[in-house]
Order: sequence, then structure tokens, then C-alpha cells
Amino acid sequence: MSRTLHTFKGGVHPPEHKSESNGRPIHAAPLPKQLFIPLRQHMGNPARPVVEVGERVLKGQLIGAADGYISAAVHASSSGVVTAIGQQPVPHASGLPDLCITIETDGRDAWIDHAPLDYQAMTPADLRMQLRDMGIVGLGGAVFPSAVKLDPGAPQHCPTLILNGGECEPWITCDDVLMRQQADTILQGVAIMRHLLGSTEVIVGIEDNKPEALAAMRAAAQKLDFALEVVAVPAIYPAGSAKQMVQTLTGREVPSGKLSTDIGIQVFNVGTAYALARAVHHGEPLISRLVTVTGHVLRPQNMEALIGTPMQALIDVAGDRDGTTGVLMGGPMMGVPITNTGVPVVKATNCILVKSAELFPPLPRALPCIRCTRCADACPAELQPQELFRFAKAGDFGRAQEYHLFDCIECGCCSYVCPSHIPLVDFYRYAKSEIWAREKEKRASDLARERHEFRLFRLEREKKEKAEKLAAKAQAKRAEIAAAPKVEGTAPSDADAKKALIAAALARAQAKKAEATPKNVDQLSPETQREIEEIEARRAKIRELAHQPLETDEKKP
Amino acid sequence: MPAPFVIDRSSVTQVMAWVLTALLPGILVYVWVFGPGILVTLALATVTALAAEAAMLKARGYPAKPFLTDLSAIVTAWLLALSLPALAPWWLIVTGTLFAIVVAKHLYGGLGQNIFNPAMVGYAVLIVSFPVQMTQWTGPLELTGTPLTLAQSASVIFGGDLPRTLLDAVTMATPLDTLRTGLLQQHTVDEIMTQSIFGHYGGVGFEWLAGAFLLGGLLLWALRIISWQVPLAFLAGIWLAAGLLHFFDAGRFGAPWFHLFAPSVMLGAFFIATDPVSGATTPRGKLIFGFGAGLLTIIIRTWGGYPDGVAFAILLMNLSVPLIDAWTQPRIYGGSSRRSKEPPA
Repeated sequence: MSRTLHTFKGGVHPPEHKSESNGRPIHAAPLPKQLFIPLRQHMGNPARPVVEVGERVLKGQLIGAADGYISAAVHASSSGVVTAIGQQPVPHASGLPDLCITIETDGRDAWIDHAPLDYQAMTPADLRMQLRDMGIVGLGGAVFPSAVKLDPGAPQHCPTLILNGGECEPWITCDDVLMRQQADTILQGVAIMRHLLGSTEVIVGIEDNKPEALAAMRAAAQKLDFALEVVAVPAIYPAGSAKQMVQTLTGREVPSGKLSTDIGIQVFNVGTAYALARAVHHGEPLISRLVTVTGHVLRPQNMEALIGTPMQALIDVAGDRDGTTGVLMGGPMMGVPITNTGVPVVKATNCILVKSAELFPPLPRALPCIRCTRCADACPAELQPQELFRFAKAGDFGRAQEYHLFDCIECGCCSYVCPSHIPLVDFYRYAKSEIWAREKEKRASDLARERHEFRLFRLEREKKEKAEKLAAKAQAKRAEIAAAPKVEGTAPSDADAKKALIAAALARAQAKKAEATPKNVDQLSPETQREIEEIEARRAKIRELAHQPLETDEKKP
Repeated sequence: MPAPFVIDRSSVTQVMAWVLTALLPGILVYVWVFGPGILVTLALATVTALAAEAAMLKARGYPAKPFLTDLSAIVTAWLLALSLPALAPWWLIVTGTLFAIVVAKHLYGGLGQNIFNPAMVGYAVLIVSFPVQMTQWTGPLELTGTPLTLAQSASVIFGGDLPRTLLDAVTMATPLDTLRTGLLQQHTVDEIMTQSIFGHYGGVGFEWLAGAFLLGGLLLWALRIISWQVPLAFLAGIWLAAGLLHFFDAGRFGAPWFHLFAPSVMLGAFFIATDPVSGATTPRGKLIFGFGAGLLTIIIRTWGGYPDGVAFAILLMNLSVPLIDAWTQPRIYGGSSRRSKEPPA
């Protein structure tokens, strides 16, 4: 059975450089003295540390618990003692440190008790939470928590499951080697995915430059009790990008701004399927992964490295050489430069690429854009990169968004073909981060404005409520008065009612006034009363004297 | 530096070098048909362009080396030189080139910023300012029979003396001029076409030059330096417009093949309208741009004040590029239908 393949627009053919590293057997990277395990190794909320400094941990022990739905746990990759929980350098484009748990390994590499999961007996929700707590995330690069992706939302919501073995980035071979050597385990993982998603169609897409991997996966597929199609897709970068893989295999496009699940397709990387199978069938959380160490090293190869191992340890095994000009995490098209090789291997580390001046000559000086539109021809997202560049450079981020900036997958094809050597992707990242920053700012100011408006509203409301209360009270009074004469049989006139109201108000005022008279003149003792009377009498006499005219004076001539 | 860390080997210099290479067949045929004078014109334009480029880069505070070696100034110089009469005086060449490089290119912001094709701006300025000198073409050697040597040509170009009789012998009206004049004198196209200047499709010799430019253009297309949309739409615009007019009144309007096989059309379609900087960028935009330029060329040739209209047609379309680009934004991956994806202009 052969599938009609579709082509996506654009793409480039950079030199592959796969043969350097895919021929050697997988070795386990050496156990380092210290492991630095970041709590943020996935998309979503970082894990919460659940161990304390000084605590002894075993291999596979939970040290950071998943915090929320879109999160994943992290585990001790080996046994030892937690020596620090604090900021450590991590492999990230920003170069900023992040919260890590440092473990001093004891060399015993002693496992915590663990057992396979009987996944078919578990409810899907329980199984997903279990996977989240075992730290399973997408190993293709996005490190999105797999538990979230394995929730189909509704039954029959995700009829198609695609396993992505594209691995189109030059130099990287960890998926290739994993498929060659662990095809059966990978497909065990696929079976679990299929179980959770309820998919009826399972397709494995592998670039046709990996004949060994294709053969191994096809052989493994024969042993399955469900239909699974292993398809060779043309090798063109970025065929291994999820959206492009979906289009190649199904001819359908993931709608702009949506997810592949919106068209009933879910995509997982082969490494994720492997990690999933290890977790379910062996009870092992995600504590290690396959890493390609290649480029300017003596023995380019793939290593099974514990999460948290300093990258330099892996480079040392592969054979550090003179003339190194830099290190990348990932491939040359989308990789992140690593300035400090002491940073740990994380779940996203598929490749450590060591650069030299010969392999990666410095890029020539950028010239102005001549609008040749080679970038547009190469863009797999079918954007107009030259226009996006113009808008990003001019700071016209609104227009950049109108021209679909956020559909850019940052694959680097545009920069690769640009005859003016403009670092185009960098401009798009800049524009995106500026837009995000502005939206954040706008949200903050919106919130402040909302608060202010609510305060005004609240004051107004209180005033209105008070007035309403008073009005209601007056209404009640009026009704009371109106009701009284009715019994006597005389209809009260309006003036009467008004008079009555005024009288009532006066009475109320008088009562209030009485209430307000000083309390110390009530209930005086007889002595004090007498004293007051004496004083009053004296004052009366004085007043009388004062008013008597002095006759002698008047009679003076 | 951020990713990607690898690049294709292409460069602006490489692109421009291929354009120059693709012009070589045309230049060779030019020499063969009209004599070696064009080589003097090309050399003078090149030197002027490089000097103007260097001076402007210095004035604008740009480094000279990366911009002088991008060869874009030489492309402009050659395109302008090939548009000029073979024995144009030196000051005409220098003025046109200076205007192209200084005003049309650098005063608009330099490489990548010019909204008009610099060579066509230079040409337009010259034909508006010096129409007499700009229409004084040498005839094909096949007809004049008096080849000028390189030295004689240089002498004419630099204002040296040449026997009047010799000069009169070599200059003659171009086929387009002849057609225009003939039509103004109430001759029919068929009557005009019997004159010796007309060959199989276009003018004698001129049609060979057109063929050579076509060959160079196909090379650029094969190398993907240019896309197919602009030249094809340009030629289609010429052919359809001329064909339609010819169909309704063959006596008053030239045949479409005659219009197509003018050197200016082939040079315009493959080398000038395809200038990426001043042209449309979207696939549909390129079709509109090319077709519009072709259509306008025939309209100007037929009803305009100048015998040829390629330069003005392209400049007018250059002017429309922002509008064309904004209204022809293609559908993106995962985007909805084309209509609703058009961003406001």
C-alpha cells in the first residue's frame, strides 16, 4: 500500500551532515559528579521543588512536581544528595540562569522502586496524570507536556496519529539512531498513544535519507496488532516540522492559529513515543534522552545522557578539539547558541553541535534587501518574508501581524537563502517579542483602567444605593401615614400627608436633639443640684444689680 | 549571532554577476550588428557609474567595498548603455548614468531602496531632455555597409571629427521610428514594411539583438535569478495588445511579432521589468506588473509622443508596485481563502 504524498511549498536543502554521527553505536554518557536539573524543562508552568537541600534522593525519584495542567514533573536522574536548589546557568537563548536542583551523585546510580503501569486497566485521565507526573514531554524540540496532547477532548476527535521521524535538521541523528535500534519500543509507545487518543489511522513519517531507520520501523510494524503505515517522505528541510509533516502525509493544512488536533491529527516525535513506552512498560520517568554530539569533535556520536549532565562532559567523551568556535544546542538551522558548556542537558537537548571556523564560517556582512523574494520562495509557511522584514525593521509591528508574522515557524529557510545575508529570523523574533511585551503592557494598563473604572462605578453605586434606601424609607413612611386615616374613613389630602411628614420629621429632629443634649445634666445628685441652684440664684442677683440704674449719678446737675 | 548558522552560497554579487553574464550574448550581437561602438559606451557608463557610486557611498557614510563589489551599479550602467543609441555622445552617456546612480538610486536610499529602476530613470531623463540625440541611431551594418572601427566610434562618441558623409552614412531611423513616421505620413503598415530596414519579424539586425537578449533572459530564468511571471506577462501584454489592434486594423497597427521582436522589449521583459527592487514581489503581483508594462508599452508606442514606450511603461508600473503588492498578498499555509486574506493597502 502506498500513500499519495503531498508537497509543501518552499523548503531548502542544506548539506545534511548526518553520516558523521549516525554510524556509531549508542553509548551511555558517563555519570557526572553533579547533576543540574532545571525545574523548567517544558512548556507551561515550571515544576515545584519537593525535596530539600541535604535530602538523599534515588534515581527516578520525583524532585519537582508538576504545577497545574500544562506542566510536567522532573526527577532525579541518578542517586545522590541534593546540595542546592537555586539559580544555575541553563541552556536558553536568553542566557539567563533558572531554578535548578543540584544533585551530588553518589556513584551507585540506585533506582527508586518502580513498576510497569497496567495502562489498559487505568482510566485515560489517570494514565495522563501519571504521564505528567513521570515528566513525559515532547522530545522533538517543543517539549510540550505529552499528557495534554494525549487528551483527545472527545472520543473520535483525533482519528489520525502521526509519528514524526522526519529529523530534517542537518547534523542531528538521535531520532535516526533511535529508530534503527529501538523501533519495537517506539511502536509500543505508539500503541499507548493510539489507546489514549482513539486514533484509527497511524502513520510514521521518516525522511527518505534514513533507509536503515525506515527498514527497522517497517520490520517492527509487521509485528503490531494494528495497522501502522511507515512512509518515506522526501528529504527537504523542514519536512520534519509538524505542520509540514501533516501536509506531506495527509495533504491537509493546519489552519492558521490553530492546532493539528483541530483537524483531527495529532503529531508526536519518535523520541517521545520511546520515552512513553519506557514510562509505561518499565515505570521509568523521563530522566535521560538520546543526544547527538557532533560537529567539530573527534568522535561524533549519539549518547544516552542523563538529564542534568553538563554538556561539556558529553563533548569530552566525543573528543574536544582545538579550534572550537562555539557550541549550539540543536541544529544549525534552529539551534540555540550555548555560551557556557557547563549548562546541563535538558529534555529539549537533541543535539550538541560543536562549531569550528571551517564547518561554520562566519556569516558575511548583511547587505540591504533587494526584494528578490527568494525568501518567499523558500518559506514553508508561504509568507512574504521580505515584507515582514521591512515592517519589523521599521517597527511597524501592526503591519507585520497583518502579514501573518505569527504564522512564522522560525525554520530559518529565509535566512538560509537570502543573497543579502540578512538574519531575517532574528528580526521576526524581535518583532514577536516586542508585540508580546506590548500586549503584556496593554493588559497591565487595561487591568489598571478596569480597576479605576470599577472604583468609580462602586462609588456611584454606593451613592445611588444610599439615595434609594432613603427614598424607600420615605415611601414607607408615606404609606404608613396614608394608611392611618383610611381606617377613620377620611381621605387624606396631599397637604395633610405633607404636613404629617413634616411633623414626623420635626419629631424625629427633636428626638435627635434630645438625644444630643449632654448626658451629664441628667440624673444629678441632690448636692450638685443644690449647688447649681445656689449658683443660679447668685447669678440672678448679680443680673438684677446690674440692671438697677445708679440714681445718684443721674441726679447730678 | 542567532540561528540559522549556515547559509546558501548565493550573494547579491553573484546575482548581479549572472545578470551581467546574461547580457553578454546581447552585447556580442550588438557589436556584430552595429559595430564595436557599444563597447566604448559600456566602458564609459561603467566607469561613470562606479565613480558616482563611490562618491555617493562616501557622502552617505557607507563603506565602499561591500557596495562597490555588489556589481549593482555596473548592471545599471550596462542596462542604460544598451538602451542608448550606439554612437551617443559622451555627455549623454555620462549625464544619464549620473542621474541613474545619484538621483534614482542613492537619493532614494541606495541599494534596495529605489522605487524606480535607475537605468530607466536615466533613460527617461535623457529622452525627455535630449530627444534629438536619443533618436540618432546607427543603422545595422548590413544596410549601411560602412563599419566604423573602435577608434572611429570612440572619436564620434567623444565629439571628435568624423567626415560628415561617413556619419550620415551610418545613422538612420530605427524600425520603430520608421513605422511611426510612416504612419504619421498616412502610409499603411504594409507599405512601410517594404522598406529595407524591416527584417523577418522586427528590424534587420534589431531582431537578432532581440533574440540575443531573449537568450540571456532564458539563462537567467533557468538559473532562477528571475521568475517566469514578469517576462511572460510582459511579452503576453505586448502580444495581446498589439495583436488585438493589428487584428482590427492591420493597416494602421504593426503586427504583434514586429512589436515583440524589438530589442527594447526583450531587454525590458527579461532584464529591466525583472529588477526585483523596483518590481512587484508576489507571484500574482508579478503577473500584473509584467502584463501592465507590456500593455502600456504598446499604448505609448501607438498613441504616445515617443517611438518606444518600454521605459515609461516600466516606470509607471514601478509606481504601482506598493498597491499591486498590497492587493496580491498570497494565501499563506493554513490560511483561509485568498479573498479574505488581502490586507488593507
